[in-house]
Amino acid sequence: MQSRRVFLKSGAMALVSLGFAPSFLARTVAAAGTRKKLLIAIFQRGAVDGLNMVVPFGEADYYRARPSIAIARPGREGGALDLDGFFGLHPGMSALQPFWDRGHLAIVHASGSHDATRSHFDAQDYMESGTPGVKNTRDGWLNRYLQAMDEPRTPLRAVALTRQMPRALQGRAPALAMGSVDGFDVRGDVTAKAAFESAYESAADQVLNGTATEAFDAMRTLSRKTSSRYRPASGATYPRSPFGQALREIASLAKAEVGLEVAFAESTNWDHHANEGGATGQMANRLDDLSRGIAALVNDLGDRMADTVILTMSEFGRAVAENGSRGTDHGHGNAMMLIGGAVKGGRIYGDWPGLAREQRYEGRDLAVTTDFRDIFAEVVVSHLGATSAAAGRVFPGHSVNPVRFRGLLRA
Amino acid sequence: MSSVSSVDSSVSAGRAATPSALRDRQILMELEQARLLRAVYSERQLEEVLVDFWFNHFNVFAGKGPTRAYVTSFERDAIRPHALGNFRQMLEAVAASPAMLFYLDNWMNTDPQAPQMGTGESQGRLRLGNRRPMGQQAGAGGSRAGEPPQRQAPARGINENYARELLELHTLGVDGGYTQDDIVNVARAFTGWTFRPRQGTTFTFARARHDDEEKTVLGHRIRAGGGMEDGRQVLDILAAHPSTARFIATKLAQKFVADTPPAALVERAARRFIATRGDLREVTRAIVTSPEFFAAGAYRAKVKTPLEFVASAIRATAAEVRTAMPLARTLRDLGMPLYSCQPPTGYDETAETWVSSGALVARMNFALELGANRLRGVSMASESTSDRDALRARIVDDILGGDVSAATRSVITRATTAEQVVALAIGSPEFQRQ
Repeated sequence: MQSRRVFLKSGAMALVSLGFAPSFLARTVAAAGTRKKLLIAIFQRGAVDGLNMVVPFGEADYYRARPSIAIARPGREGGALDLDGFFGLHPGMSALQPFWDRGHLAIVHASGSHDATRSHFDAQDYMESGTPGVKNTRDGWLNRYLQAMDEPRTPLRAVALTRQMPRALQGRAPALAMGSVDGFDVRGDVTAKAAFESAYESAADQVLNGTATEAFDAMRTLSRKTSSRYRPASGATYPRSPFGQALREIASLAKAEVGLEVAFAESTNWDHHANEGGATGQMANRLDDLSRGIAALVNDLGDRMADTVILTMSEFGRAVAENGSRGTDHGHGNAMMLIGGAVKGGRIYGDWPGLAREQRYEGRDLAVTTDFRDIFAEVVVSHLGATSAAAGRVFPGHSVNPVRFRGLLRA
Repeated sequence: MSSVSSVDSSVSAGRAATPSALRDRQILMELEQARLLRAVYSERQLEEVLVDFWFNHFNVFAGKGPTRAYVTSFERDAIRPHALGNFRQMLEAVAASPAMLFYLDNWMNTDPQAPQMGTGESQGRLRLGNRRPMGQQAGAGGSRAGEPPQRQAPARGINENYARELLELHTLGVDGGYTQDDIVNVARAFTGWTFRPRQGTTFTFARARHDDEEKTVLGHRIRAGGGMEDGRQVLDILAAHPSTARFIATKLAQKFVADTPPAALVERAARRFIATRGDLREVTRAIVTSPEFFAAGAYRAKVKTPLEFVASAIRATAAEVRTAMPLARTLRDLGMPLYSCQPPTGYDETAETWVSSGALVARMNFALELGANRLRGVSMASESTSDRDALRARIVDDILGGDVSAATRSVITRATTAEQVVALAIGSPEFQRQ
């Protein structure tokens, strides 16, 4: 366990570097000790091309393999945004550069699963169940985290801003999925709402009964805690996309102090087999949406970012070489991002395997040198405060060993 | 715009508000309504269920560029005629459909050694306007003299997208026993399967773009020089493969019987698939006439998908649908917008997916709106709402089969208005299952 003193210090440093007014500082420090940690998980569904998201511009093989879609070296037109002289962000991600510069954005490259699947469905399933290669795991790793911690029951502890419950949050512990916070209420008169609650309360149907109970509990809490209209902090402009709006809803819940601990959002449409584009084009548009969304969220949460980690993930990366349609086919290793006050950012983590043919996984894809479970486990232990033993229950079949943690977070 | 805009923009950049874009949107709205109206009113309910099932099995996403304009033909010509027909024939109808060729990118799948064909513009970026289409003269290997200057050399080479999903999602299933090498060889077999956007949107085989060398797929040798027969041979191999029989049998049994279907039923249906060489009428019959289908344990075992919920609610209340757009919007709220499932997996069939807190609340709200006649263009006839007791009796006894919990019966009995009776029955736990 970290000492309170260290925590306050790192929290305060985070605030200074995030650039907030001193008046916010005092309030945060006072509140930090009692506030819950918050994890915001973002799934990039469809397998983002990590090599064009976090560009290894120092690799000649990168340019040889991608004659029409490579991102140019920094300083050239449409060039990558230099991070450390070897890697750069896609130019469409400039909204995230300030967080890198202030040391709040970390990247783990060549991360992913040791399972060989290139199936979207299986790979998403494995990443969300947290058990690569095992298909009959019933619950998701985020849900098992909720199960592993002995916390008082609060209905809005885990919320996915998705219309369907994501696999990562499915399981025994209560969790909610909703398209929007405002829309999450029974819109009839009070007697209808009470009648529905009563019918579901005594339903023998376990699935429907349990879900409805969670829903009605959450509706009660929300009606007490939230004002009618949410207004983001000044300077936080969310994209009008479904992803941007989902992040806005997450911020509104986080600031309503309803006990939110795990939030989930998804960014879709990353499966660029054709006409992926380079500095501009399809993928650039998606990265723009992703980056501006995350930047708005960070700015909106403001001092709350001291207790928050935003974690991005995607089921696998894409082949090193572009295919015959100026796109990329399914690959293996990928890049994940962590943003937060406690993140030791401004660094690329992981061992870089190289892109020469003999360095590639099965001769074609970026190899995996960091198991995604070690990143998840580090967040569960170092950020959310689980013990290693508890984290072991979150990732069955994987030995959770802090020695393998990359040191992404101030412990 | 929604998240699909980026896909649209690459294909029709700067053309978002043109008449053709509006027309495309209109097409989708009409399709959604047509599907819903059939789901509610068709006297061939099994066919509607199967069209929904097979469309979803071979899912295409209307939001991916011009796919939207091809979905009408896809459902009408590639799916519906085969829903109770032969699987192998459906497989080829899908493989050759412009919707699938575009959605999974096979229209660009080209032998890397192919001679220079179209322009960069027409081959790499499909335009549905004034530009000459790709592949237009491909069969004849004709030159492209007189084309506008090229910005980029045309893309050439393999695209694995369709090949992978053909094996994983359409036929063998992800554990059906194929390798990355099989995927590459299947992709090679389908090089040159493309279409002509402007000439009636028809399939064409572009021989000059086809890799005519020998291939090996799942241990079968496909001889050099086969041309378009390469792809057909692959479909033959896949349709006759026992993994396919098992995969299709599992999915159909899951649709009709239980999220985790009884193994013996799957086994029998798979054997029927093999014995009849993929006669889907017979495979379907084997499932819906089975003891497992009629078993007590299969009763209300499945949570309705949003489409099943909405269609059954309208049927149960005998509401009149003048426009189905409010129903289409409801499906979006419930997480199942028609023709807009982005990944090739299609929508999931199981309860875990469809029972989320948000979706349950949205179902209750739909029930309340329907009961109060607040869905514009959807109304219950006045005689059904004038007599509360009669309606209550009809809902509980006929629509819910008289089989409701004491709590549900009690809240319905206490309802003070006819509107509430309908809402509480449609929003009840019992009505969410079938």
